Amino acid sequence: MSVIDKSEKKVLMISGVVIGLFIFSILYAKDKYQSDVPECIPFDKAYTEPRINQIDEKTFQVFSVASMWQFEPSEIYIPVGSEVDFYLSSKDVVHGFNITEKNVNMMAVYGNINKTTVRFDEPGVYKITCHEYCGVGHENMQAEVIVHQPQTK
Amino acid sequence: MQVSRSLKKVIFWLLGIPVTLLILGIYHGLMQTIYRAGFLNDSSFLKIEYFQGLTLHGVINAIVLTTFFAVAFGHACMTFFLKREPNKKAMWISFWLMVIGTGLAAWAMLAGKASVLYTFYPPLKGHPFFYLGTALIIVGSWIPLFDWARMYREWRRENPTTKIPLAVLGTLVNFIIWFVCTLAVAYEVLVLLLPWSMGMADINVTLARTLFWFFGHALVYFWLLPAYIMFYVMLPKLAGGKLYSDLAGRIALFLFLLFSIPVGVHHQFSDPSIGQNIKFFQGLLTYGVTIPSFITAFTIAASLEYAGVKRGSKGLFGWMKKLPYLDTNNFMFAYLIAGLILFIFGGLTGIVNASYSLNNVIHNTSWLPGHFHMTVAGPVFLAIIGMSTYLYAKMSGKKIFLPKVNVIIPYLWMIGVLIFSTGLMWGGLIGEPRRTNLGMTYLNPKHELFTPEWVPTTMLALLGGIIMFIAAMLFIVVFFGTIFRKSKLEAVLELPYSEAYHDEKRIPLFDRFKPWLVTMAIIIVIAYTPALYDAVTNPGPKAPRFTPANPVPDLLKIKK
Ligand code: HEM
Ligand SMILES: [Cu+2]
Ligand SMILES: [Cu+2]
Repeated sequence: MSVIDKSEKKVLMISGVVIGLFIFSILYAKDKYQSDVPECIPFDKAYTEPRINQIDEKTFQVFSVASMWQFEPSEIYIPVGSEVDFYLSSKDVVHGFNITEKNVNMMAVYGNINKTTVRFDEPGVYKITCHEYCGVGHENMQAEVIVHQPQTK
Repeated sequence: MQVSRSLKKVIFWLLGIPVTLLILGIYHGLMQTIYRAGFLNDSSFLKIEYFQGLTLHGVINAIVLTTFFAVAFGHACMTFFLKREPNKKAMWISFWLMVIGTGLAAWAMLAGKASVLYTFYPPLKGHPFFYLGTALIIVGSWIPLFDWARMYREWRRENPTTKIPLAVLGTLVNFIIWFVCTLAVAYEVLVLLLPWSMGMADINVTLARTLFWFFGHALVYFWLLPAYIMFYVMLPKLAGGKLYSDLAGRIALFLFLLFSIPVGVHHQFSDPSIGQNIKFFQGLLTYGVTIPSFITAFTIAASLEYAGVKRGSKGLFGWMKKLPYLDTNNFMFAYLIAGLILFIFGGLTGIVNASYSLNNVIHNTSWLPGHFHMTVAGPVFLAIIGMSTYLYAKMSGKKIFLPKVNVIIPYLWMIGVLIFSTGLMWGGLIGEPRRTNLGMTYLNPKHELFTPEWVPTTMLALLGGIIMFIAAMLFIVVFFGTIFRKSKLEAVLELPYSEAYHDEKRIPLFDRFKPWLVTMAIIIVIAYTPALYDAVTNPGPKAPRFTPANPVPDLLKIKK
């Protein structure tokens, strides 16, 4: 009797194909939707000062600083179609930074800078929710990105 | 077989202590669903604060219960399948270290001095006893491995050409994984966290997180492998059939040895300071662990089909109807099959989590607890509680208390978890955060942050949570009810084990540890050197200590 039988061979092959398909989908999505995990950048103190930088009409840098128990800046106004680079840091414990509708999902860590890029193509109010336990005020820790039509600003 | 009183005693206490603590652990599970559904809008209930409860829930259910059980079950498997007993002294030293560790950590948590959750991420600081206690539990659980290795070598000398029994292989593989991965967390706790928590040094948070997850993913396989041993070695027999392939089990176990550890960075996809390539590479390796799971899914299904056919089933799926689902004398079958059904969903959702940028959708949302209550609180928990009752009853010669109730507990639990996890996962997909006392704000209609979208999702989780709670309490009644009965039967250590349908010839490669251990070491070094390098070089200043109620760091002792 051979070591593995016919159905086992088949199952191994199917498993291989399925895994291949998954990996292909990840790479495809990464390319097509520019979906990626946060970027890795070394610590830089200049990034830990909360502020919004407008680079040009539709490009922004947001330096978001999480602390017990708020995000600064807490309201971020940008026009529809803007591309935003978020630089995230923490003044104290670990915090989360989640914008569900845009699949932005980062951890804010003391002594570290997290970074991701998103485009906001639809007007609306996007909540930024802290989703890592950060002490007694954790449940209050929300901020907003307000995406408006350019003329209403 | 007959075993010594001492071994019996160790095993009984190792089973009984965590089941007792489980009352507290499960209580907090239910409470969390009540707060989260908005029925409690407070930070605490009966003097226990939400995150104090969540820490107790995570530590008791996922660390204490699982570790104590793994050691007890390891003693049972090694003794039964190698027909010799562990060294008494080593057994008791290990036991006391684990008990003292549990005591220290429990004190810190109950005193409210360590509400840092079971992942204890710095720079949120817990009491030093919490870290010390955790370290003692881990060190205590290392000791049996070295003694079991001795037992194995003795057995090997007497049986040079017999295949190592599958359950023994599983136990050793599991504890080797455990030993290697806990080296990292022991380093984190003893070298980074303890001095830091006492104010003697600041801490590199990313390095601590990276060391934690070196341990953290392997931890989930440490939870799972005792259940896998039961699926391969016992389930086919309990179903009335044979294990479809013995070799498949061996291959799966060795693949776990290779791939359990070098994938931990997949828990840090959202973390800063770790390169995208490293994240992607470990994401790929994570798919390596899906292979033994696919192999297992097939082998177990084929074994069950064989059992069904032997019981006279017809047609393609007829075997499913013929299995002994409600046989009170064979209740382990019920516990294992209910766990396996949950694991189908647990495994599939796990693949989602591992899929690199897809992780952005669900990371740290309530999807995650939705997922892992179908793994650790699914097959793992059911295998643990079922086997605890089984081992205790056999080894004490007692009859099960309320056998009819006992056999429906796993199905009740399964239904509860399916409802509960549906609620949590649905919520996660629409942004409901985990580790959040939602009742304070987001699920409090009187609060400005009230989020009505999460009403149905948290209500479903509550409904499932109530059913789970009832099932777990019934288990507590059955377990202690059995303990309080009189011994009527012969007290023996006896485990069911299956013959193999394909009992392949001994292949030396799958009957030795060395080549696998070497490969394991190489893969770990390749996967983790760059991650640790990033974690050391990219971060800036180290962090001082913070406590949950105070944004100002605790700089009391030494600064720099
Ligand atoms: C009645 C049964 C149970 C209920 C209702 C329940 C409920 C919950 C809920 C709602 C959470 C999420 C809380 C939050 O993130 O804010 C949670 C977390 C958790 N549960 Fe359970 N659970 C139960 C049983 C179990 C069991 C049996 C295990 C393991 C064997 C377990 C392991 C965990 C772990 C590890 C966490 C994560 C803790 C953390 O995020 O720090 N649970 N549980
Ligand atoms: Cu928070
Ligand atoms: Cu993992």
